[in-house]
Amino acid sequence: MTMARIELNNLAHSYKHRFSDSSDWAVKPMTMVWDDGGAYALLGPSGCGKTTLLNIISGLVTPSEGKVLFDDIDVTTLPTEQRNIAQVFQFPVIYDTMTVAENLAFPLRNRGVERRRIAERVKQVASMLDLSSDLERMASGLTADMKQKISLGRGLVREDVRAILFDEPLTVIDPHLKWQLRGALKRVHRHSRTTMVYVTHDQTEALTFADKVVVMLEGEVVQIGTPQELFEEPAHTFVGYFIGSPGMNVLPAVVEGCKAHIGDSAITLACRYPKFASEKKIEVGIRPEFLRVGNGGQGLKVNLLRVEDAGSRRIVRAELDGLPIAAIVAEDAAVSAGCLSLEPDPEHVHVYVDSKLVRA
Amino acid sequence: MTITVENVTKVVRGSMHVRDVSLSLAPGTINILLGPTLSGKTSIMRLLAGLDAPTSGRVLVDGDDVTGKPVRERSVAMVYQQFINYPVMTVYENIASPLRVRGVAKAEIDAKVKRAAKLLRLEPYLDRLPLSLSGGQQQRTAIARALVKEAKLVLLDEPLANLDYKLREELRTELPRFFAGKGTIFVYATTEPSEALLLGGNTATLREGAVTQFGPTPEVYRSPKDKATACIFSDPPMNFLTVRVEGGSAVSDVGPSFDLTGTLKDLPDGRFEVGIRPNHVSLGPYAQKLAVVKGTVAVSEITGSESFVHVDVPNARWIALARGVHELQPGQTIEIYLDPSKFFVFDVDGHLVRAPDWKAA
Repeated sequence: MTMARIELNNLAHSYKHRFSDSSDWAVKPMTMVWDDGGAYALLGPSGCGKTTLLNIISGLVTPSEGKVLFDDIDVTTLPTEQRNIAQVFQFPVIYDTMTVAENLAFPLRNRGVERRRIAERVKQVASMLDLSSDLERMASGLTADMKQKISLGRGLVREDVRAILFDEPLTVIDPHLKWQLRGALKRVHRHSRTTMVYVTHDQTEALTFADKVVVMLEGEVVQIGTPQELFEEPAHTFVGYFIGSPGMNVLPAVVEGCKAHIGDSAITLACRYPKFASEKKIEVGIRPEFLRVGNGGQGLKVNLLRVEDAGSRRIVRAELDGLPIAAIVAEDAAVSAGCLSLEPDPEHVHVYVDSKLVRA
Repeated sequence: MTITVENVTKVVRGSMHVRDVSLSLAPGTINILLGPTLSGKTSIMRLLAGLDAPTSGRVLVDGDDVTGKPVRERSVAMVYQQFINYPVMTVYENIASPLRVRGVAKAEIDAKVKRAAKLLRLEPYLDRLPLSLSGGQQQRTAIARALVKEAKLVLLDEPLANLDYKLREELRTELPRFFAGKGTIFVYATTEPSEALLLGGNTATLREGAVTQFGPTPEVYRSPKDKATACIFSDPPMNFLTVRVEGGSAVSDVGPSFDLTGTLKDLPDGRFEVGIRPNHVSLGPYAQKLAVVKGTVAVSEITGSESFVHVDVPNARWIALARGVHELQPGQTIEIYLDPSKFFVFDVDGHLVRAPDWKAA
């Protein structure tokens, strides 16, 4: 099995021929290495550059600057078909005139894989994706969900690819089937250890699929980390906001030693911070999961707005000095109306200076 | 305005798209049509709008039969999943278009467009063409157009499906407010249970063109009247097991026998299906009164704050939603714990017999 370490070397891209300022970069200059056999997700809002980055790796876009290396070999100018990769797109790419089995076999047949091996492999992939009983059906009559499953299967069928690239592969899939397919993809990755790169704007998909999530904003990578790192220690307030639902509460604060003053309230921090220059923007970030609802004693004094029933949990929406703040409580927690307090767990209160995490 | 559909059926080329649907939508309400693709959401909306006429049954507005009355004679605005705007008109003109058609005075148009633009944060883009905007801004333009129309019935067909996750989160909270206080009937189609829960209002769950239940959203979620409704309204999917109640205990098909406690208490002898939401399947610690089931880990998915552990138990694959990070290896044997007071009990025909107790938020 061949797999690849993917290296991006001083890579940058602009769709404009001449650019005047840094906002003209679709992908700002970056250097990074993605490990051989890893599962990576590129996550960010639309226009953040994640699809451009994926297209540079697949060869659909040649970067304005820098290099792409697969296992130290420069592939920057190689066309897609010479990169030995598989791709799965948002919408099904299949042949309607073929059966499901023929569709799955196509990438192998194209490469002259021997017939017996093709049959074996088609059977394996069909079983991974729960397509075994559909192999002889014509693709033309199938639902959109089924067609996208076949597309996934075609992406996974070759064992000799250096990497598999996914561009929003589950966006058009119904919620229940998503659970199945996400699990299937993850099992395939564990089994094959092929390098996989997965672009999505859906945090659940990114977090559950990837060993490492690459969070992008405005052409820049703001953090690369495991799902747990992104959740527990967002390096940038944007990561705190973008990951988690609701996202992290980011509140303007005055930090003095091991205390943070937010509005009229003061909370204790887990460690002591130095004095920050007065022109800096100082904020405190606390995830809704790490706020306990109390009745006015300790913590942040807030005004309750409403309690939302999110099914498996409740979301407390409140106001702190006119700023919205959210806390997550248990499905059956009782929250009384009027003034209340939100008590943070000091271990999970972070300090941000100009949007960047500061570790004391 | 109240809109009522009575025993409405729609057959298209021999296939049943809407199956004997009856609904009554009151003024000033949010009504969610929840169901998977092809369950009939769009078909019902088209019947409500008057874009299609039903094969049988009636559509009533304030008691008057409007079945077959064309859409232009009704007070309806519709927003689709695809961002539909006039590409050659500016955002301003796009929003103004329904008012222009109606011949509204210029100053009034201007005031209404600006108010809608402010609400939808489109003020900086009023002179731009829709295709030069992001998807979110394009969809906001379409929503603003529906807003200024001041229609009595606003139909939103998966309006946020093509948008970024975070943008959806914001618009989902804001959308009902845009239309609040005007007596508008708001109908919102979605495939996602979480979206229905957060929008609140009333929910109609749909399967194969039929409404399985219609009522206040939290009530449908917490007391689904049948197994089909519970399945439609569960994400991650609900876990199921079968029990045979006999001689004071319940023999299950996933291994152990359960004492007749929780919602199983005092059940008569016979066969039942038990549904358990993934957040009620616990990975530990064990506590008294919990039932223990052995399973094998198929895969574990970690979001950073929660873990979704897919577990093979005899006869089924379940999903357990646990707080925190649980990195369990595939193939690993584990014990999972069930709280019988959280069991949904259905009879063999799928009708709800018992649901866990709940209190509204």
